[in-house]
Amino acid sequence: MLEGVEGASLKMHKNIKENQKNGINCGLHCIKIKDFKVTAGDDSTILEHINFHIHCGQLTAVIGKNGAGKSTLIKAILGEIPHEGTIECRDMKRNVFQDIRIGYVPQYLNIDKNTPASVYDMFASYIGRFPVFLWKKKSLYQEIKGYLRVFEAQDLIDKAIGDLSGGELQRVLLSLAITPPPNLLLLDEPVSGMDQNGLDLFYNNLDYLKKNYDLAVILISHDLEYIEKYADYVVLLDKSIKKEGTPKEVFGSREFVETFGRRGFDGSGI
Amino acid sequence: MEAVFSFLSYNFMKNALLAMVIITPLFGMLGTVIVNNRMAFFSDALGHSAFTGIALGVILGVEDINMSMAAFAVLFALFLNYIKRKNTISTDTVISVFSSLGTAAGLVILSGNGDFSKYSALLVGDILSITRREILLLEAVFVISVFFWLFFFNWLHAGSINETMARSKKINTVLADNCFSVLMAVIIMLSIRWVGILIINALLILPAAASRNLASNMREYHGYAVMISMFSGILGLLLSYYNNTAAGPTIVIVAAAIFFLTLLARPYVK
Repeated sequence: MLEGVEGASLKMHKNIKENQKNGINCGLHCIKIKDFKVTAGDDSTILEHINFHIHCGQLTAVIGKNGAGKSTLIKAILGEIPHEGTIECRDMKRNVFQDIRIGYVPQYLNIDKNTPASVYDMFASYIGRFPVFLWKKKSLYQEIKGYLRVFEAQDLIDKAIGDLSGGELQRVLLSLAITPPPNLLLLDEPVSGMDQNGLDLFYNNLDYLKKNYDLAVILISHDLEYIEKYADYVVLLDKSIKKEGTPKEVFGSREFVETFGRRGFDGSGI
Repeated sequence: MEAVFSFLSYNFMKNALLAMVIITPLFGMLGTVIVNNRMAFFSDALGHSAFTGIALGVILGVEDINMSMAAFAVLFALFLNYIKRKNTISTDTVISVFSSLGTAAGLVILSGNGDFSKYSALLVGDILSITRREILLLEAVFVISVFFWLFFFNWLHAGSINETMARSKKINTVLADNCFSVLMAVIIMLSIRWVGILIINALLILPAAASRNLASNMREYHGYAVMISMFSGILGLLLSYYNNTAAGPTIVIVAAAIFFLTLLARPYVK
Protein backbone atom coordinates (compact mmCIF):
# COMPACT_ATOMS: atom_id res chain seq x y z
CA MET A 1 0.00 0.00 0.00
CA LEU A 2 2.76 2.38 0.96
CA GLU A 3 4.63 1.66 -2.22
CA GLY A 4 1.40 2.37 -4.10
CA VAL A 5 1.14 5.93 -2.88
CA GLU A 6 4.68 6.73 -3.86
CA GLY A 7 4.25 5.03 -7.21
CA ALA A 8 1.12 7.00 -7.96
CA SER A 9 2.72 10.34 -7.30
CA LEU A 10 5.61 9.37 -9.51
CA LYS A 11 3.17 8.56 -12.27
CA MET A 12 1.57 11.96 -11.87
CA HIS A 13 4.91 13.59 -12.27
CA LYS A 14 5.44 11.63 -15.45
CA ASN A 15 2.10 12.78 -16.78
CA ILE A 16 3.11 16.31 -16.12
CA LYS A 17 6.37 15.78 -17.90
CA GLU A 18 4.30 14.70 -20.90
CA ASN A 19 2.09 17.73 -20.55
CA GLN A 20 5.19 19.83 -20.62
CA LYS A 21 6.29 18.22 -23.86
CA ASN A 22 2.95 18.85 -25.50
CA GLY A 23 2.68 22.29 -23.98
CA ILE A 24 -0.63 21.43 -22.33
CA ASN A 25 -1.97 23.83 -19.80
CA CYS A 26 -5.69 23.39 -20.06
CA GLY A 27 -7.02 26.38 -18.14
CA LEU A 28 -10.14 24.33 -17.68
CA HIS A 29 -9.99 23.74 -13.97
CA CYS A 30 -11.73 26.30 -11.91
CA ILE A 31 -11.45 26.76 -8.16
CA LYS A 32 -14.19 28.74 -6.50
CA ILE A 33 -13.95 30.22 -3.05
CA LYS A 34 -17.45 31.00 -1.85
CA ASP A 35 -18.46 33.22 1.05
CA PHE A 36 -15.50 32.56 3.29
CA LYS A 37 -15.92 33.99 6.74
CA VAL A 38 -13.59 33.61 9.70
CA THR A 39 -14.36 34.82 13.20
CA ALA A 40 -12.07 34.93 16.20
CA GLY A 41 -12.92 33.36 19.53
CA ASP A 42 -14.57 36.55 20.82
CA ASP A 43 -16.84 36.77 17.75
CA SER A 44 -14.93 39.60 16.12
CA THR A 45 -14.66 39.12 12.38
CA ILE A 46 -11.27 38.50 10.82
CA LEU A 47 -12.45 37.82 7.28
CA GLU A 48 -15.82 38.02 5.59
CA HIS A 49 -17.48 38.02 2.17
CA ILE A 50 -14.52 36.39 0.49
CA ASN A 51 -15.51 35.24 -2.99
CA PHE A 52 -13.21 34.66 -5.89
CA HIS A 53 -12.46 32.35 -8.77
CA ILE A 54 -9.11 31.05 -9.81
CA HIS A 55 -8.23 29.13 -12.91
CA CYS A 56 -5.34 26.79 -13.42
CA GLY A 57 -2.40 28.41 -15.09
CA GLN A 58 -3.13 31.62 -13.24
CA LEU A 59 -1.12 33.39 -10.57
CA THR A 60 -3.35 35.21 -8.13
CA ALA A 61 -1.61 37.56 -5.72
CA VAL A 62 -3.21 38.51 -2.43
CA ILE A 63 -1.95 41.82 -1.09
CA GLY A 64 -2.83 43.92 1.91
CA LYS A 65 -1.44 45.50 5.04
CA ASN A 66 -0.19 43.50 8.00
CA GLY A 67 -3.15 42.12 9.89
CA ALA A 68 -5.45 42.31 6.88
CA GLY A 69 -6.14 38.59 7.17
CA LYS A 70 -3.90 37.28 4.40
CA SER A 71 -2.37 34.40 6.33
CA THR A 72 -5.76 33.68 7.88
CA LEU A 73 -7.19 33.27 4.39
CA ILE A 74 -4.52 30.72 3.54
CA LYS A 75 -5.15 28.80 6.74
CA ALA A 76 -8.89 28.83 6.11
CA ILE A 77 -8.38 27.48 2.59
CA LEU A 78 -6.22 24.72 4.06
CA GLY A 79 -8.97 23.95 6.56
CA GLU A 80 -6.67 24.55 9.50
CA ILE A 81 -8.92 27.11 11.16
CA PRO A 82 -12.70 26.90 11.31
CA HIS A 83 -14.51 29.00 8.75
CA GLU A 84 -17.83 29.43 7.00
CA GLY A 85 -18.14 29.08 3.26
CA THR A 86 -16.93 26.49 0.79
CA ILE A 87 -14.17 25.88 -1.65
CA GLU A 88 -14.78 23.78 -4.72
CA CYS A 89 -12.69 22.58 -7.56
CA ARG A 90 -14.37 21.92 -10.87
CA ASP A 91 -13.15 20.27 -14.02
CA MET A 92 -14.99 22.28 -16.62
CA LYS A 93 -14.07 19.98 -19.48
CA ARG A 94 -15.91 17.08 -17.92
CA ASN A 95 -18.09 19.33 -15.78
CA VAL A 96 -17.45 17.39 -12.58
CA PHE A 97 -16.33 18.42 -9.14
CA GLN A 98 -13.19 16.89 -7.84
CA ASP A 99 -11.35 16.75 -4.55
CA ILE A 100 -8.99 19.63 -4.18
CA ARG A 101 -5.34 18.87 -3.57
CA ILE A 102 -3.42 21.73 -2.05
CA GLY A 103 0.30 22.37 -2.06
CA TYR A 104 1.62 24.81 0.50
CA VAL A 105 4.84 26.73 0.97
CA PRO A 106 5.01 28.26 4.46
CA GLN A 107 6.48 31.51 5.62
CA TYR A 108 9.02 29.81 7.84
CA LEU A 109 10.01 26.41 9.15
CA ASN A 110 10.39 25.42 12.75
CA ILE A 111 14.09 24.65 12.37
CA ASP A 112 17.43 26.08 13.44
CA LYS A 113 21.06 25.64 12.44
CA ASN A 114 21.33 22.57 14.61
CA THR A 115 18.31 20.71 13.25
CA PRO A 116 19.46 17.16 12.52
CA ALA A 117 17.48 16.61 9.32
CA SER A 118 18.66 16.46 5.73
CA VAL A 119 16.59 17.49 2.74
CA TYR A 120 15.95 13.79 2.13
CA ASP A 121 14.69 13.35 5.71
CA MET A 122 12.28 16.25 5.40
CA PHE A 123 11.01 15.22 1.99
CA ALA A 124 10.62 11.56 2.91
CA SER A 125 8.74 12.43 6.12
CA TYR A 126 6.14 14.36 4.17
CA ILE A 127 5.58 12.10 1.21
CA GLY A 128 6.41 8.57 2.39
CA ARG A 129 5.72 6.17 5.22
CA PHE A 130 9.12 4.47 5.27
CA PRO A 131 10.65 5.56 8.63
CA VAL A 132 13.36 8.13 7.95
CA PHE A 133 15.33 7.15 11.05
CA LEU A 134 16.13 3.69 9.68
CA TRP A 135 18.14 3.86 6.50
CA LYS A 136 18.01 5.80 3.27
CA LYS A 137 15.71 3.81 1.04
CA LYS A 138 17.38 3.78 -2.35
CA SER A 139 14.25 3.84 -4.51
CA LEU A 140 12.73 6.66 -2.46
CA TYR A 141 16.02 8.55 -2.54
CA GLN A 142 16.10 8.46 -6.34
CA GLU A 143 12.44 9.41 -6.52
CA ILE A 144 12.99 12.45 -4.30
CA LYS A 145 16.00 13.43 -6.34
CA GLY A 146 13.72 13.41 -9.37
CA TYR A 147 11.23 15.72 -7.66
CA LEU A 148 14.01 18.09 -6.60
CA ARG A 149 15.34 18.20 -10.15
CA VAL A 150 12.30 20.25 -11.27
CA PHE A 151 13.87 23.24 -9.52
CA GLU A 152 17.47 22.14 -9.90
CA ALA A 153 17.74 21.28 -6.22
CA GLN A 154 18.79 17.64 -6.66
CA ASP A 155 22.32 18.29 -5.37
CA LEU A 156 20.95 19.54 -2.05
CA ILE A 157 19.37 16.21 -1.13
CA ASP A 158 21.99 15.27 1.50
CA LYS A 159 22.44 18.75 2.94
CA ALA A 160 21.09 19.58 6.39
CA ILE A 161 18.01 21.79 6.07
CA GLY A 162 19.41 24.22 8.62
CA ASP A 163 22.41 24.86 6.36
CA LEU A 164 20.44 25.81 3.23
CA SER A 165 20.37 29.40 2.03
CA GLY A 166 17.02 31.14 1.72
CA GLY A 167 16.89 30.54 -2.02
CA GLU A 168 17.91 26.89 -1.74
CA LEU A 169 15.31 26.19 0.92
CA GLN A 170 12.74 27.91 -1.26
CA ARG A 171 13.44 25.61 -4.19
CA VAL A 172 13.29 22.54 -1.96
CA LEU A 173 9.97 23.67 -0.49
CA LEU A 174 8.53 24.36 -3.93
CA SER A 175 9.52 20.87 -5.06
CA LEU A 176 7.90 19.43 -1.95
CA ALA A 177 4.73 21.48 -2.40
CA ILE A 178 4.15 20.13 -5.91
CA THR A 179 4.71 16.49 -4.87
CA PRO A 180 2.21 15.02 -5.59
CA PRO A 181 1.02 17.74 -8.00
CA PRO A 182 -1.77 19.84 -6.44
CA ASN A 183 -4.63 21.73 -8.12
CA LEU A 184 -3.91 24.72 -5.97
CA LEU A 185 -0.57 25.99 -4.74
CA LEU A 186 -0.58 28.34 -1.75
CA LEU A 187 2.47 30.47 -1.08
CA ASP A 188 2.53 32.42 2.16
CA GLU A 189 5.07 35.24 1.85
CA PRO A 190 7.69 32.76 0.77
CA VAL A 191 10.38 35.22 -0.26
CA SER A 192 11.36 36.96 2.94
CA GLY A 193 15.09 37.48 3.25
CA MET A 194 15.97 36.81 -0.37
CA ASP A 195 18.22 38.95 -2.51
CA GLN A 196 17.40 40.33 -5.96
CA ASN A 197 18.77 37.30 -7.81
CA GLY A 198 16.86 34.94 -5.54
CA LEU A 199 13.65 36.87 -6.14
CA ASP A 200 14.08 36.81 -9.91
CA LEU A 201 14.73 33.09 -9.84
CA PHE A 202 11.76 32.49 -7.58
CA TYR A 203 9.31 34.34 -9.80
CA ASN A 204 10.71 32.66 -12.87
CA ASN A 205 10.09 29.34 -11.18
CA LEU A 206 6.49 30.33 -10.46
CA ASP A 207 6.12 31.30 -14.08
CA TYR A 208 7.47 27.93 -15.13
CA LEU A 209 5.04 26.17 -12.78
CA LYS A 210 1.92 27.87 -13.96
CA LYS A 211 2.85 27.38 -17.58
CA ASN A 212 3.76 23.71 -17.31
CA TYR A 213 1.62 22.37 -14.50
CA ASP A 214 -2.10 22.09 -14.30
CA LEU A 215 -2.41 24.21 -11.21
CA ALA A 216 -3.54 27.56 -9.88
CA VAL A 217 -1.31 29.64 -7.63
CA ILE A 218 -2.27 31.94 -4.78
CA LEU A 219 0.63 34.06 -3.59
CA ILE A 220 0.76 36.31 -0.56
CA SER A 221 3.50 38.83 -1.00
CA HIS A 222 4.75 42.33 -0.31
CA ASP A 223 6.82 42.69 -3.49
CA LEU A 224 4.42 44.90 -5.38
CA GLU A 225 6.93 45.41 -8.16
CA TYR A 226 7.16 41.68 -8.85
CA ILE A 227 3.45 41.18 -8.46
CA GLU A 228 2.78 43.76 -11.13
CA LYS A 229 5.17 41.95 -13.43
CA TYR A 230 4.15 38.35 -12.80
CA ALA A 231 0.62 38.15 -11.33
CA ASP A 232 -2.38 37.55 -13.57
CA TYR A 233 -4.86 38.64 -11.00
CA VAL A 234 -4.58 40.67 -7.82
CA VAL A 235 -6.83 40.64 -4.77
CA LEU A 236 -6.54 43.53 -2.33
CA LEU A 237 -7.57 42.32 1.10
CA ASP A 238 -8.54 44.13 4.25
CA LYS A 239 -10.96 41.93 6.22
CA SER A 240 -12.93 41.65 3.01
CA ILE A 241 -11.96 42.03 -0.63
CA LYS A 242 -11.49 45.74 -1.25
CA LYS A 243 -10.57 45.49 -4.89
CA GLU A 244 -9.76 42.75 -7.36
CA GLY A 245 -8.75 42.60 -10.99
CA THR A 246 -5.65 42.68 -13.17
CA PRO A 247 -2.56 44.20 -11.57
CA LYS A 248 -3.13 47.33 -13.60
CA GLU A 249 -6.71 47.72 -12.44
CA VAL A 250 -5.91 47.14 -8.80
CA PHE A 251 -2.70 49.17 -8.67
CA GLY A 252 -4.48 52.10 -10.27
CA SER A 253 -7.44 52.00 -7.94
CA ARG A 254 -8.42 54.38 -5.19
CA GLU A 255 -8.50 51.49 -2.69
CA PHE A 256 -4.90 50.61 -3.49
CA VAL A 257 -3.71 54.15 -2.82
CA GLU A 258 -5.68 54.21 0.43
CA THR A 259 -3.89 51.07 1.57
CA PHE A 260 -0.35 51.57 0.36
CA GLY A 261 -0.16 55.32 -0.26
CA ARG A 262 1.07 56.84 -3.48
CA ARG A 263 4.43 55.11 -3.30
CA GLY A 264 3.08 52.06 -5.01
CA PHE A 265 1.07 54.01 -7.52
CA ASP A 266 3.33 53.55 -10.49
CA GLY A 267 4.24 50.05 -9.45
CA SER A 268 7.78 50.93 -8.47
CA GLY A 269 7.28 51.07 -4.72
CA ILE A 270 7.86 48.35 -2.23
CA MET B 1 38.25 -7.83 34.53
CA GLU B 2 36.53 -10.24 36.83
CA ALA B 3 36.34 -7.56 39.49
CA VAL B 4 34.53 -5.20 37.14
CA PHE B 5 31.81 -7.73 36.45
CA SER B 6 31.54 -8.95 40.01
CA PHE B 7 28.29 -7.01 40.40
CA LEU B 8 26.59 -9.52 38.12
CA SER B 9 26.72 -12.10 40.89
CA TYR B 10 23.92 -10.12 42.53
CA ASN B 11 20.47 -10.74 41.12
CA PHE B 12 19.28 -7.20 41.81
CA MET B 13 22.18 -5.84 39.73
CA LYS B 14 21.37 -8.21 36.88
CA ASN B 15 17.77 -7.01 36.91
CA ALA B 16 18.80 -3.39 37.14
CA LEU B 17 21.14 -3.79 34.20
CA LEU B 18 18.46 -5.51 32.16
CA ALA B 19 15.98 -2.73 32.97
CA MET B 20 18.57 -0.14 31.91
CA VAL B 21 19.10 -1.86 28.58
CA ILE B 22 15.35 -1.67 27.94
CA ILE B 23 14.55 1.80 29.28
CA THR B 24 17.49 3.84 28.03
CA PRO B 25 17.05 3.22 24.27
CA LEU B 26 13.39 4.20 24.66
CA PHE B 27 14.41 7.40 26.43
CA GLY B 28 16.90 8.23 23.69
CA MET B 29 14.28 7.61 21.04
CA LEU B 30 11.49 9.63 22.66
CA GLY B 31 13.94 12.40 23.45
CA THR B 32 14.60 13.05 19.76
CA VAL B 33 11.06 14.30 19.28
CA ILE B 34 10.79 15.99 22.67
CA VAL B 35 13.89 18.07 21.90
CA ASN B 36 12.90 18.76 18.28
CA ASN B 37 9.44 19.93 19.29
CA ARG B 38 10.71 21.93 22.27
CA MET B 39 8.55 19.89 24.63
CA ALA B 40 11.05 19.70 27.51
CA PHE B 41 8.70 21.59 29.75
CA PHE B 42 5.81 19.39 28.74
CA SER B 43 7.60 16.16 29.66
CA ASP B 44 8.75 17.72 32.92
CA ALA B 45 5.15 18.49 33.84
CA LEU B 46 4.19 14.92 32.98
CA GLY B 47 6.83 13.61 35.36
CA HIS B 48 5.53 15.78 38.18
CA SER B 49 1.98 14.63 37.58
CA ALA B 50 3.07 11.30 39.07
CA PHE B 51 2.45 12.74 42.55
CA THR B 52 -1.16 13.46 41.69
CA GLY B 53 -1.60 10.04 40.09
CA ILE B 54 -0.33 8.28 43.21
CA ALA B 55 -2.45 10.46 45.48
CA LEU B 56 -5.57 9.73 43.44
CA GLY B 57 -4.73 6.04 43.58
CA VAL B 58 -4.49 6.23 47.36
CA ILE B 59 -7.79 8.10 47.68
CA LEU B 60 -9.67 5.81 45.33
CA GLY B 61 -8.12 2.74 46.92
CA VAL B 62 -6.58 1.51 43.67
CA GLU B 63 -4.44 -1.50 44.38
CA ASP B 64 -1.89 -1.10 41.62
CA ILE B 65 -0.38 2.37 41.95
CA ASN B 66 1.13 2.02 38.46
CA MET B 67 -2.37 2.00 37.01
CA SER B 68 -3.62 5.16 38.68
CA MET B 69 -0.36 6.95 37.84
CA ALA B 70 -0.47 5.98 34.18
CA ALA B 71 -4.18 6.72 33.82
CA PHE B 72 -3.84 10.16 35.34
CA ALA B 73 -0.72 10.98 33.31
CA VAL B 74 -2.47 10.00 30.05
CA LEU B 75 -5.43 12.27 30.81
CA PHE B 76 -3.10 15.04 31.90
CA ALA B 77 -1.07 14.74 28.69
CA LEU B 78 -4.17 14.89 26.48
CA PHE B 79 -5.44 17.84 28.47
CA LEU B 80 -2.15 19.72 28.05
CA ASN B 81 -2.23 18.96 24.32
CA TYR B 82 -5.73 20.35 24.08
CA ILE B 83 -4.65 23.57 25.79
CA LYS B 84 -1.60 23.82 23.56
CA ARG B 85 -3.82 23.67 20.48
CA LYS B 86 -6.26 26.24 21.85
CA ASN B 87 -3.29 28.55 21.92
CA THR B 88 -5.08 31.33 23.75
CA ILE B 89 -2.56 32.10 26.46
CA SER B 90 1.12 31.28 26.75
CA THR B 91 1.41 27.48 26.83
CA ASP B 92 4.44 27.53 29.14
CA THR B 93 2.50 29.43 31.75
CA VAL B 94 -0.52 27.15 31.58
CA ILE B 95 1.58 24.00 31.80
CA SER B 96 3.42 25.45 34.76
CA VAL B 97 0.19 26.32 36.55
CA PHE B 98 -1.30 22.85 36.15
CA SER B 99 1.97 21.11 36.87
CA SER B 100 2.49 22.93 40.16
CA LEU B 101 -1.14 22.50 41.13
CA GLY B 102 -0.92 18.78 40.42
CA THR B 103 2.29 18.39 42.38
CA ALA B 104 0.99 20.39 45.34
CA ALA B 105 -2.33 18.55 45.49
CA GLY B 106 -0.51 15.22 45.32
CA LEU B 107 1.91 16.19 48.08
CA VAL B 108 -0.85 17.50 50.34
CA ILE B 109 -2.81 14.27 50.03
CA LEU B 110 0.20 11.99 50.42
CA SER B 111 1.50 13.86 53.48
CA GLY B 112 -2.03 13.93 54.92
CA ASN B 113 -1.40 11.52 57.73
CA GLY B 114 1.98 13.06 58.44
CA ASP B 115 3.85 10.27 56.72
CA PHE B 116 5.34 11.27 53.40
CA SER B 117 8.57 9.37 53.97
CA LYS B 118 7.38 6.17 52.35
CA TYR B 119 6.93 8.08 49.09
CA SER B 120 10.18 10.00 49.22
CA ALA B 121 11.96 7.14 47.40
CA LEU B 122 9.99 8.28 44.35
CA LEU B 123 11.98 11.48 44.14
CA VAL B 124 15.26 9.82 43.18
CA GLY B 125 13.97 6.37 42.27
CA ASP B 126 15.40 2.97 43.04
CA ILE B 127 16.44 0.90 40.08
CA LEU B 128 17.84 -1.85 42.31
CA SER B 129 14.39 -2.81 43.57
CA ILE B 130 13.03 -3.72 40.15
CA THR B 131 11.67 -7.27 39.80
CA ARG B 132 11.53 -9.70 36.87
CA ARG B 133 7.78 -9.21 36.52
CA GLU B 134 8.20 -5.46 36.20
CA ILE B 135 10.90 -5.94 33.62
CA LEU B 136 8.45 -7.98 31.58
CA LEU B 137 6.07 -5.02 31.61
CA LEU B 138 8.88 -2.74 30.39
CA GLU B 139 9.64 -5.21 27.59
CA ALA B 140 6.04 -5.05 26.42
CA VAL B 141 6.14 -1.26 26.43
CA PHE B 142 9.41 -1.39 24.53
CA VAL B 143 7.90 -3.45 21.71
CA ILE B 144 4.81 -1.24 21.48
CA SER B 145 6.95 1.90 21.39
CA VAL B 146 9.16 0.62 18.60
CA PHE B 147 6.12 -0.23 16.48
CA PHE B 148 4.62 3.15 17.20
CA TRP B 149 7.85 4.80 16.15
CA LEU B 150 8.06 2.86 12.89
CA PHE B 151 4.56 3.86 12.03
CA PHE B 152 4.28 7.42 13.32
CA PHE B 153 7.73 8.97 13.34
CA ASN B 154 7.50 10.44 9.84
CA TRP B 155 4.27 12.17 10.78
CA LEU B 156 5.74 13.51 14.01
CA HIS B 157 8.75 14.78 12.13
CA ALA B 158 6.67 16.40 9.39
CA GLY B 159 4.50 18.07 12.02
CA SER B 160 7.48 19.37 13.92
CA ILE B 161 9.00 21.05 10.85
CA ASN B 162 5.78 22.80 9.87
CA GLU B 163 2.36 21.68 10.99
CA THR B 164 0.37 23.49 8.32
CA MET B 165 2.56 22.01 5.60
CA ALA B 166 2.00 18.55 7.12
CA ARG B 167 -1.76 19.09 7.07
CA SER B 168 -1.61 20.12 3.41
CA LYS B 169 -0.15 16.65 2.79
CA LYS B 170 -3.11 15.11 4.62
CA ILE B 171 -1.01 14.13 7.60
CA ASN B 172 -3.05 13.84 10.78
CA THR B 173 -0.72 15.76 13.07
CA VAL B 174 -3.20 15.95 15.93
CA LEU B 175 -3.56 12.16 16.05
CA ALA B 176 0.21 11.64 15.87
CA ASP B 177 0.79 14.25 18.55
CA ASN B 178 -1.81 12.82 20.90
CA CYS B 179 -0.57 9.26 20.46
CA PHE B 180 2.97 10.44 21.12
CA SER B 181 1.92 12.24 24.31
CA VAL B 182 0.04 9.17 25.54
CA LEU B 183 3.04 6.95 24.84
CA MET B 184 5.32 9.41 26.59
CA ALA B 185 2.99 9.51 29.62
CA VAL B 186 2.92 5.72 29.89
CA ILE B 187 6.67 5.32 29.54
CA ILE B 188 7.42 8.06 32.05
CA MET B 189 5.00 6.61 34.58
CA LEU B 190 6.26 3.05 34.24
CA SER B 191 9.87 4.06 34.69
CA ILE B 192 9.50 6.82 37.23
CA ARG B 193 9.78 4.48 40.23
CA TRP B 194 13.14 3.27 38.99
CA VAL B 195 14.52 6.55 37.76
CA GLY B 196 12.95 9.16 40.02
CA ILE B 197 10.65 12.13 39.50
CA LEU B 198 13.39 14.69 39.97
CA ILE B 199 15.64 13.39 37.22
CA ILE B 200 13.51 11.58 34.69
CA ASN B 201 13.29 14.63 32.45
CA ALA B 202 17.06 14.97 32.32
CA LEU B 203 17.30 11.41 31.02
CA LEU B 204 14.77 12.18 28.30
CA ILE B 205 16.38 15.44 27.19
CA LEU B 206 20.15 15.04 27.61
CA PRO B 207 20.88 12.17 25.16
CA ALA B 208 18.89 13.77 22.34
CA ALA B 209 20.30 17.22 23.08
CA ALA B 210 23.84 15.80 22.98
CA SER B 211 23.05 13.93 19.78
CA ARG B 212 21.86 17.12 18.10
CA ASN B 213 25.33 18.54 18.56
CA LEU B 214 26.79 15.78 16.41
CA ALA B 215 24.08 14.64 14.00
CA SER B 216 23.17 16.17 10.66
CA ASN B 217 20.45 13.75 9.65
CA MET B 218 17.75 11.63 11.26
CA ARG B 219 19.69 8.38 11.19
CA GLU B 220 22.64 9.89 13.03
CA TYR B 221 20.29 11.74 15.38
CA HIS B 222 18.55 8.55 16.46
CA GLY B 223 21.71 6.46 16.47
CA TYR B 224 23.73 8.82 18.66
CA ALA B 225 20.80 9.53 21.00
CA VAL B 226 20.17 5.84 21.65
CA MET B 227 23.87 5.07 22.06
CA ILE B 228 24.50 8.01 24.41
CA SER B 229 21.43 7.11 26.43
CA MET B 230 22.44 3.45 26.80
CA PHE B 231 26.04 4.30 27.53
CA SER B 232 25.14 6.80 30.27
CA GLY B 233 22.61 4.37 31.72
CA ILE B 234 25.00 1.47 31.99
CA LEU B 235 28.06 3.45 33.03
CA GLY B 236 26.01 5.41 35.56
CA LEU B 237 24.64 2.21 37.05
CA LEU B 238 28.14 0.72 37.44
CA LEU B 239 29.55 3.91 38.93
CA SER B 240 26.67 4.08 41.40
CA TYR B 241 27.30 0.47 42.39
CA TYR B 242 31.01 0.94 43.05
CA ASN B 243 30.65 4.36 44.68
CA ASN B 244 27.52 3.51 46.61
CA THR B 245 25.49 6.44 45.23
CA ALA B 246 21.93 6.67 43.95
CA ALA B 247 21.77 5.29 40.39
CA GLY B 248 19.45 7.85 38.75
CA PRO B 249 21.44 10.98 39.61
CA THR B 250 24.72 9.25 38.72
CA ILE B 251 23.35 8.44 35.29
CA VAL B 252 22.26 12.04 34.82
CA ILE B 253 25.75 13.27 35.66
CA VAL B 254 27.29 10.94 33.08
CA ALA B 255 24.75 12.06 30.46
CA ALA B 256 25.38 15.72 31.27
CA ALA B 257 29.14 15.20 30.97
CA ILE B 258 28.60 13.67 27.52
CA PHE B 259 26.41 16.60 26.56
CA PHE B 260 29.19 19.06 27.36
CA LEU B 261 31.72 16.94 25.48
CA THR B 262 29.52 16.97 22.37
CA LEU B 263 29.11 20.72 22.74
CA LEU B 264 32.90 21.06 22.60
CA ALA B 265 33.13 18.61 19.71
CA ARG B 266 30.40 20.26 17.66
CA PRO B 267 32.55 22.71 15.68
CA TYR B 268 34.75 19.82 14.52
CA VAL B 269 31.95 17.41 13.66
CA LYS B 270 29.30 19.55 12.02
